[in-house]
Amino acid sequence: MLANTLSDILSSAALYGSTVRFAVILAFAAVGEWVAERAGTLNISLESFMIGGAYSSAVAVGAWHNVPAALAVGVLAGAAVSSAQAWLSHRLTIDQFVVGLTLNIFVLGLALFLDHRWKAVTPVPKAWRIPLLHRIPVVGQALFGQPWPMLLIVPLVVLAWWLVFRTRWGLEVRSVGDNPQAADVSGIHVNRRRRQAILFAGACCGLGGGVLVLGQIGINGYEPGHVGLKGIIAIAAVIFGGWTLRGTVAGCLLFGYFFAFQQAKLVDINPQLNASLPYLVALGITAIFARRTRQPRALAQPFLRGLT
Amino acid sequence: MPDRSVRRMVSVVVLYVVCVLTALAVAAVLIAMTGGPWRRVLTALLDGSVRNPGRWGTTITEATPILIVALGVIVSSRAGLVNIGQEGQLAMGTAAATWVAVNHRGPVALLFMLAAGFVGGALWAGLAAVLRYWRKVPEVISTLLLVFVASQITGWLLSRSFLLQYLEKGVQNQVQTSKQLDPTTRVGSVRLLGNAVPWTALAAVALAVAVGVLISRTRWGFRLTVLGRNPRTAQRIGVPVMIAGSTALMLGGAMAGLAGASMLAAGASGYRFTAGFSNNVGWEGLLVALVARNRPWACIPVAFVFGMLRTGSGFLAATGVPRSIAEVVRALLVMAMLVPPALMTLFDQRRRPAVAAAGTLATVAAGG
Repeated sequence: MLANTLSDILSSAALYGSTVRFAVILAFAAVGEWVAERAGTLNISLESFMIGGAYSSAVAVGAWHNVPAALAVGVLAGAAVSSAQAWLSHRLTIDQFVVGLTLNIFVLGLALFLDHRWKAVTPVPKAWRIPLLHRIPVVGQALFGQPWPMLLIVPLVVLAWWLVFRTRWGLEVRSVGDNPQAADVSGIHVNRRRRQAILFAGACCGLGGGVLVLGQIGINGYEPGHVGLKGIIAIAAVIFGGWTLRGTVAGCLLFGYFFAFQQAKLVDINPQLNASLPYLVALGITAIFARRTRQPRALAQPFLRGLT
Repeated sequence: MPDRSVRRMVSVVVLYVVCVLTALAVAAVLIAMTGGPWRRVLTALLDGSVRNPGRWGTTITEATPILIVALGVIVSSRAGLVNIGQEGQLAMGTAAATWVAVNHRGPVALLFMLAAGFVGGALWAGLAAVLRYWRKVPEVISTLLLVFVASQITGWLLSRSFLLQYLEKGVQNQVQTSKQLDPTTRVGSVRLLGNAVPWTALAAVALAVAVGVLISRTRWGFRLTVLGRNPRTAQRIGVPVMIAGSTALMLGGAMAGLAGASMLAAGASGYRFTAGFSNNVGWEGLLVALVARNRPWACIPVAFVFGMLRTGSGFLAATGVPRSIAEVVRALLVMAMLVPPALMTLFDQRRRPAVAAAGTLATVAAGG
């Protein structure tokens, strides 16, 4: 009985497919957040960046019927929302969590309000199969047969890695996250780097939001509930990954699996338990990994010159 | 130098006025953009919240739990903790209160019910405290995740008739709701100029005074403040960091639970605990504390304004503008109230860098 269920779960190609889809959505947000956290900001406003991107690209695609343009609009919207976070918390000195919370509530309300006037109907982009590879049994379709916007995650991860580890900008970002005072005396504009990192996170999340409404589950139209705390789960994925890029991506796959598992309802469990599964897993995972790994030393601490 | 301080005071006031007006103007532009009549929206909001007969009593009833939640937020943020899970703590507290209240009656049961709300909220926040001090999970994340888990748990409690669900006889589709409170366990109200004001409102004001005294006039409050401003110093001078922090976090949750229980006793959703019972009161209480910049007395008027937005938005249907505009206005107002003090800090810093650093230290530590 148990073995049967287990083998059902492990061999379900549909489950792998939706795992990858959820993981990709999470990864867009998590990669952006990883960069921002390396620079020392913990953005709980990730959620609002995603909602901004999702709503505006849904409206854009309804107006123009052009998927790339809509994704671009999503990126811009995400960056616009994140610029509010960047400016309020790292130019003015408002607490970053306070700003993030307010932004979450503001953008959710705004999207709800505007949705009344500008409705969004979204087409689903065609799946883009990579020849031969998509025929691999069980996982082939999941990895190589997804709608094309999902594949943008691959260059994005590479870009983030290159930016953070191979450019001067990335070195400075890492230094302002670990030791802002030292970075400051060596001539780096700490808060500017942090603002730029937040903008990068916003653009990534906006793209993720766009991909969520355009390429995901074949949903027609946008609903504010679609984002549903994925931003927070993305933060949990960064913690799981111990602030490494590799670990963050692994965390996204893990949480994506639980979202897919929750959606597929393969096992007969209590519906409330099923609904809270990804969140419970996130709590458990952060409880295990938050302590073991080394976080950026100045994470979530504001930087003000003249204040050690 | 009195001259300079007067000038500073004037500029603070001007900044506040400009920011709030900007927020309202942005809201008006948004309404106009979507083709709504913004003047009529304003009238409807005012009619629904204060102008129509009996409405300001309703507004006070709505504002009361928000105020209690906000007071809890103040306690935990004094200790430097960012508890943002009041929505879930409120729901769990109310669940505990309902569990006590449905099976008992009378004024003593009312007291026990409020106590159960207090304990329920405290225990739920205690989970976050355990994760924070034992496993170093940032409480920002754990409290937020626990909100979602709490809503599922209350849903489960309300779908089991041996727990909280009330099965109505002869009804096919049972809704997720608890039994109605017995009339003897409800909170009475005072008549004031044609408005019914519940006793809990007066108690909440007293609570605001008590919290004010507790955090600024007692040794315990001083320890919390030190802990919030500089944890390392707190440890050096012998503040038990884990115990003080957990207590503050749990007290915050307890107040949210108490707010939920008092809301139930004062008649929210027809004296029944339902699936969507918390209805954003937790979030709003959190925002009230932010706007009041963690000063208990300032929470009272701010909570009233938030209550106005709640009751006023009920009158929006006639204007054809969706109710979600109230949420937009609320968030805009919050941002408008956060900006002026931060701007002042920035100006001070530019004018006199050396002196300002000390001032900034205080603002940053106080959560500004």
